[in-house]
Amino acid sequence: MEDMSKKTLYTKLFKSTFFLSMFTFGGGYVIVPLMEKKFVNELGWINEDEMLDLIALGQSSPGPIAVNTSILIGYRMAGVPGAMVTVLGTIIPPLLIMTALAYIYIAVRDNAIVNNILLGMQAGVAAIIVNVVYDMGKRIVVQKKIIPILVMAAALIAGIVYQVNILWLLFFSGVIGALTTFWKLRQKNKDDEK
Amino acid sequence: MIYLNLLFSFFQIGLLSFGGGYAALPLIEQELIHDQGWITNQQFIDVLTLSEMTPGPIAINAATFSGNQIAGILGGAVATVGVTLPSVIIVQLLAYFYFKYKNIEMVQGIIQGLRPAVVALIASAGLTIFLTAMFGHSDWPIDLTELNYVSVIFFAIAIFFLRKFKASPIHVIILTGILGGIVYSIG
Repeated sequence: MEDMSKKTLYTKLFKSTFFLSMFTFGGGYVIVPLMEKKFVNELGWINEDEMLDLIALGQSSPGPIAVNTSILIGYRMAGVPGAMVTVLGTIIPPLLIMTALAYIYIAVRDNAIVNNILLGMQAGVAAIIVNVVYDMGKRIVVQKKIIPILVMAAALIAGIVYQVNILWLLFFSGVIGALTTFWKLRQKNKDDEK
Repeated sequence: MIYLNLLFSFFQIGLLSFGGGYAALPLIEQELIHDQGWITNQQFIDVLTLSEMTPGPIAINAATFSGNQIAGILGGAVATVGVTLPSVIIVQLLAYFYFKYKNIEMVQGIIQGLRPAVVALIASAGLTIFLTAMFGHSDWPIDLTELNYVSVIFFAIAIFFLRKFKASPIHVIILTGILGGIVYSIG
């Protein structure tokens, strides 16, 4: 790998992320495992353990996880310029496709049949979101930990009934998360000392 | 200055969406529908539908598409840059600390704390989407005479395929699209 010139590295990084973003349906949760396959198994640039950390880090950062993970891979391989290359590779395909689609949409949105198709799709999208929420909610409830369940219930009521601003909800739950983690890490350190 | 507003709005959406594309939905709803009044509930669902159906990260798709809707090609580009910018800054900072200390426990802990709230927020955006699909709008109070029974049936079919056969979202969207194209055109 050392003999690879900077230019070849950038080109490979750009090509890999561009094609993954261009041809992968299903968003970040599908793109990220394919990135893992590409960079760990095919190219062998990053080892498995490190990749798992990078994926965890990408999911922990705000923003689209496919974009986050691509930035991490670029940064790992070639620092800040590498991250710039991979982020461009990831966002250029949607930029092109969705811009074209926006124009088609404007041209055909008032067509009766298109309208009927989109009306049908609304029910499908509603089902997808309800399904996602059900799975995510279940994952929190089955842990049987009191704090996350309370936070979820409180945020639900605050968000839907009282229309509390999202910023506040995230802020308070982040503080609760930080405090519980801090406490947990301290307990762990104490146990280690014994 | 529409482009500056777009940049700022989408920067905020990118900055606050913890947990991938779906986490951006409540933020897009609050920013673009309620605070700015740039798009309607129906357009919001259209954005989501088309973003799920096309390749690429859903949040980026949604940003490019709604930016285009609001302010043309440049608007789409500005929205895309806006939603990506927080990642570019924050992720590289995190990466720097990660490669220096190889310790991500605290960061992960905070994110785990955020997750229940994020689920609740997605649920709240999901309620808007559900009501709009069933009643044509999401304003209270709900009038049961406005219920679209065909949509209820499509919803039930979609849920059945998602739960029973773990159908992928894109297949569900295509299926309900075909059903809608046929049933509503005949009826």
